[in-house]
Amino acid sequence: MLTTILFYLLVAVMLGGGLVTITRRHPLSAALALVTSFLALSGLYALLTAQLIAILQILVYAGAIVALIVFVIMLLNVREEDLNYHEELVPQVGIALVALLPVVGVVIAAINRLPSGTFPALPDPGYGSIEQVGMYLYQHHVFVFELVSVLLTVALVGVVLLAKRRI
Amino acid sequence: MISLQHFLIASALLFAIGVAGVVGRKNIFIVFMSIELMLNAVNLSFVAFARFLNQLDGHIFVFLVMAVAAAEAAIGLAIVILLFKNKESLNTDDFSLMKR
Repeated sequence: MLTTILFYLLVAVMLGGGLVTITRRHPLSAALALVTSFLALSGLYALLTAQLIAILQILVYAGAIVALIVFVIMLLNVREEDLNYHEELVPQVGIALVALLPVVGVVIAAINRLPSGTFPALPDPGYGSIEQVGMYLYQHHVFVFELVSVLLTVALVGVVLLAKRRI
Repeated sequence: MISLQHFLIASALLFAIGVAGVVGRKNIFIVFMSIELMLNAVNLSFVAFARFLNQLDGHIFVFLVMAVAAAEAAIGLAIVILLFKNKESLNTDDFSLMKR
């Protein structure tokens, strides 16, 4: 019962945060709404007993990525005239949402055709913990893990290359 | 009782919001954040399926997507800074460098 209430509450906050994000004129307000949405999503991960993912969601998304976005917004010193005041926010986003409704309807109809989706009992109490996911990652997906480190190094070098005036 | 379908529908709705943000807005920051929203919607699906199948592979996928999103955020924001420096604008309509 409590799970059901928590689920609907978190989904409402998540979707509300998303809607607020795409309807703000100033990117800073949008970034704050984005944090709200990400925190609610982390709660949903916790409901799915994905401890590590829930922590990573807060650390990486709500922490690092949004902090980076806010940092860049402040660095750019955005003035009022940069924010396209002629842009009609509500009609534009509203039309986009209404145009997407049939697609979402088809997707939801397809989801409802899935066989019964009740979650099975947990295989063991440690499911989704840092220990289990870490062991699984190192035992079955070591190559992927190494690939991620290469990707992050490439991104780091790329950003330095882009941002520096003269190397 | 909350089932897999509930989580998948929530994920589909969040993805649709992200698409609407990319299609309907012209501010490059909002477009950027909408892409993050879409990535997160997919992550929710992955975790829900992982729990439904009692497998941990979904969690590994989410880990991967988060790493890619972090790299994408770093490079994307560097590009935004350069665009703003050169064009003095945040409007995606002004970035028509490749249009003939």
